[in-house]
Amino acid sequence: MARVSLGGWLLRIGGYTLLVLGGLLTIAPFYFMFVFATHQRSEIFGFPPPLWFGEHFLTNYQILLEKIPFWRAYWNNFYLALMTTVTSLFFCSLAGFGFAMYQFRWREQLFAVVMATLLVPAILNLIPFYLLIYQIGWINTPKALWVPAMAGALGIFLMRQYIISAIPRELVDAARIDGCSEFQIYWRIVLPLIRPALGTLGLITFIGSWNRFADVNVIMRTQETKTLPVVLRTLQGATDVEWGAIMAGTALLVAPLLLVFALAARQLMEGLTSGAVKS
Amino acid sequence: MRWSGFQRRYAPYIFVSPFFILFLIFGLYPTLFSLYMSFQAWTPSDGWGRWKYVGLENYTFTLTDPMFWRSMWNTIWLGVFSGIPQHLIAIPLAFVIHMVLSRFKTFVTAVYFLPYITSSVAIALIFNTLFATNNGVINLVIAHLNTWPLLGALLPDQNINWFTSANIKYALALVVIWQFTGWNTLLYLSAIQAIPKDLYEAAAVDGATRAQQFRYITLPLLRPMMFFAVSLTIIGNMQLFEQPFVLLNGGASAATPGGQTATMYMYRTAFEWLEMGTAASIAWILFVFIGILTYLNNLIFGRAARGGD
Repeated sequence: MARVSLGGWLLRIGGYTLLVLGGLLTIAPFYFMFVFATHQRSEIFGFPPPLWFGEHFLTNYQILLEKIPFWRAYWNNFYLALMTTVTSLFFCSLAGFGFAMYQFRWREQLFAVVMATLLVPAILNLIPFYLLIYQIGWINTPKALWVPAMAGALGIFLMRQYIISAIPRELVDAARIDGCSEFQIYWRIVLPLIRPALGTLGLITFIGSWNRFADVNVIMRTQETKTLPVVLRTLQGATDVEWGAIMAGTALLVAPLLLVFALAARQLMEGLTSGAVKS
Repeated sequence: MRWSGFQRRYAPYIFVSPFFILFLIFGLYPTLFSLYMSFQAWTPSDGWGRWKYVGLENYTFTLTDPMFWRSMWNTIWLGVFSGIPQHLIAIPLAFVIHMVLSRFKTFVTAVYFLPYITSSVAIALIFNTLFATNNGVINLVIAHLNTWPLLGALLPDQNINWFTSANIKYALALVVIWQFTGWNTLLYLSAIQAIPKDLYEAAAVDGATRAQQFRYITLPLLRPMMFFAVSLTIIGNMQLFEQPFVLLNGGASAATPGGQTATMYMYRTAFEWLEMGTAASIAWILFVFIGILTYLNNLIFGRAARGGD
């Protein structure tokens, strides 16, 4: 008996040590991002490199404002994320409701098409997508980015799963007998009941859009229309790269997400894995 | 037919239609159009519609271009050396989190998961500073570890220049491992938590040690999740773009030949050299390649994962 508890004890100590070390390795780059954001270029690459916060955050911030339309890019980022999120919440939950609560011809086949689009590697669509946007003259317009993303397959899948598990069919039937139209059933009965799932989908969509880069980088060609990740990247191309300013911009890009994540980590992680565990 | 019956019959089609309308316009049509484009020569300055049919020329050009094969090799190398460690770390890590933590489980998992929700561009920019040759944090840590017994013998004595064609792959692999191990840990943890507790209890009654429980209960029951997680890693690693794009300064770095991935080569063909037809052919070659890889993964591991012993 004593040996078993000793083994368990060792496992516990070893496990904690491993977890703390791994955790530190995971956190370290974020820590250095914030520290470097408060230092000048010469300090960042001096010896020893700064391990604690410095005094040059405002200097870095000034450089950012001079070199790029920083707050314009920040707003573009926010606008893209907001439009994608609001439209996705509506169209994905509506489609999820359709797939979950109705029997109709071709339902399984249509849903299979939705799921199949999840398997297509997104980046391979980059060239065709650019050509289309070029063809219809949407280059440099924000709608080119959020309109195509209004009804993503992952969102439809998540909404369908949640509606199947959370909404009894009798409730829908009862509402119908009471004279609700099909859209009223969705709007008045279903939407209020799926609020937790909407919250999760909202988080996933917002974060995903906030971080978008590859397609934004080719669609948005002018400084005024670029989002923050794209415009930050352009700072890297210059000679005498202002790494302090880049880190300040990066920190301002990452900080809101860290805040959101601190408040809703559990919800977000459960939402992202729910599909994986069930399938 | 009465209105209520009519709208009940057609409502679901209307509800699911936005997805299909958007998919036809922004997904299927451009994809098919790019197939057409892959047989044409066109650069944006020619003007829309003024493409020239060139037959298979784009495909033969790509498939005989050493730079294409170099980027394919880089992609596969990165796929393997950034992919396998993620899972080798994530599975035991998830098991340890499950075994030793209760109250702080969500917090610790969240910490490991953090890189996954962070912008890849932000991550690559941060690591760009950490990988600096002189006084970069990573080189300094290596120099410090070099003074340790045993471990020191394995490490180089001089500062590593990560941004050379030969070394950049290792830097990229480290970044990708750092970014995605937490995601895989979360996937495996959710699968481990779904394993019924009485299986472990029964094994403990029979005298199985923790290690044996891991080997004979956890691992076999994790197989379906392994298949799923590895599939995601394959699809993700074959289209690795943002991390190399930023670490290689959009292709302007001296390290570009050794770190340029296939998707980055595709991007540069389209937007740097403005050969849209050739770029379209690269996209299609990659598409077929990833399709074959996914099919093989399904063939080799998928059946075992679903049928399982």
